[in-house]
Amino acid sequence: MSGFRIYLLQRISAMIMAPLVLLHLGVMIVAIQGGLDSTEILSRTRGSLFWGGTYGLFVLAVSIHAAIGIRVVLFEWLSIKDIKLTLVSWLVFAVLLMMGARAVYAIVA
Amino acid sequence: MQEPADRLEVSVWRGDASGGGHVIYQVPRQPSQTILDVVTWIQREQDAQLSYRFSCRVGMCGSCAMMVNGIPRWTCRTHVQKVVQGNRLMIEPLRNLPVIKDLACDMNEFFAKWKAAEGQFSPRKTRHDPIEPVLPESPKRIAANAAIECINCAICYASCDVVSWNPGYLGPAALNRAWTLQNDERDSGQRARLKAVASDAGCHNCHSHANCTTYCPNELNPSASIAGLKRLAANAVFTGNL
Repeated sequence: MSGFRIYLLQRISAMIMAPLVLLHLGVMIVAIQGGLDSTEILSRTRGSLFWGGTYGLFVLAVSIHAAIGIRVVLFEWLSIKDIKLTLVSWLVFAVLLMMGARAVYAIVA
Repeated sequence: MQEPADRLEVSVWRGDASGGGHVIYQVPRQPSQTILDVVTWIQREQDAQLSYRFSCRVGMCGSCAMMVNGIPRWTCRTHVQKVVQGNRLMIEPLRNLPVIKDLACDMNEFFAKWKAAEGQFSPRKTRHDPIEPVLPESPKRIAANAAIECINCAICYASCDVVSWNPGYLGPAALNRAWTLQNDERDSGQRARLKAVASDAGCHNCHSHANCTTYCPNELNPSASIAGLKRLAANAVFTGNL
């Protein structure tokens, strides 16, 4: 994938993340003010396609966005390039996706 | 003998590509003195081997840019009183460019990037065709006008942190030039140019720090030009033209 397409992917992932962050913050505020405890919150998220899809999408967008951002930092500040840069970027993406997927699994499964 | 207060203590970088260091000169202070005046005085009165570059002395040619107290400036239009710290000045060759000797940089890389960004005008018509009207109030002409007064001084290039981190990056001057041509209705090279500015060395490397805009002596906004190129390239990707 060309550098410009990678750049676009990072911008698009940011556009996906921004409203989802607002949604997440809104839900947290509403949930806390409504006095819900963790058991009550989990009872609403478990088995929910909506929350699973929402947080799944968020995790995917974060993993893409952060991996590309870290890729740029590694290239510009540590001069890591070519195949090494690609491999490290994919590794960052995979680790973030795995950690995020585990968290999503915990709230919906 | 003049009083110390009437003298500038000027630290000038001397050396070449293999290395160098600062040499201190005492320079008499004059009214309306520019940094270029200071450098010229040193070369004429104290050290004839000091190398530097200048031509027009009136801010048109873009030859005399140097780092002054760590900031890239056009030295012919920079008054000492505006930048002096106490009575001290530090003058160095432009950042991000290889040094040839003392204050003279090798500009080859800078202009090679203009070429790499397809910075040359490619006419759609020949001299035998009638002159094409370009409406001054058309949005494209207004966009080109805002960016066109570049004097190639390389101050934006020297101020750009992305260039310092990524020496392959085309840099603000070349991309600003490309933006003027992308808005030139008479030009036929826009497809090839868009490909060049969206290459791995291209516009998307810009982090919008806007140092180029801050330090451009002609008050251009290369940062905005680069943002324009990003928009053009993104549109081209989404419409299948890149």
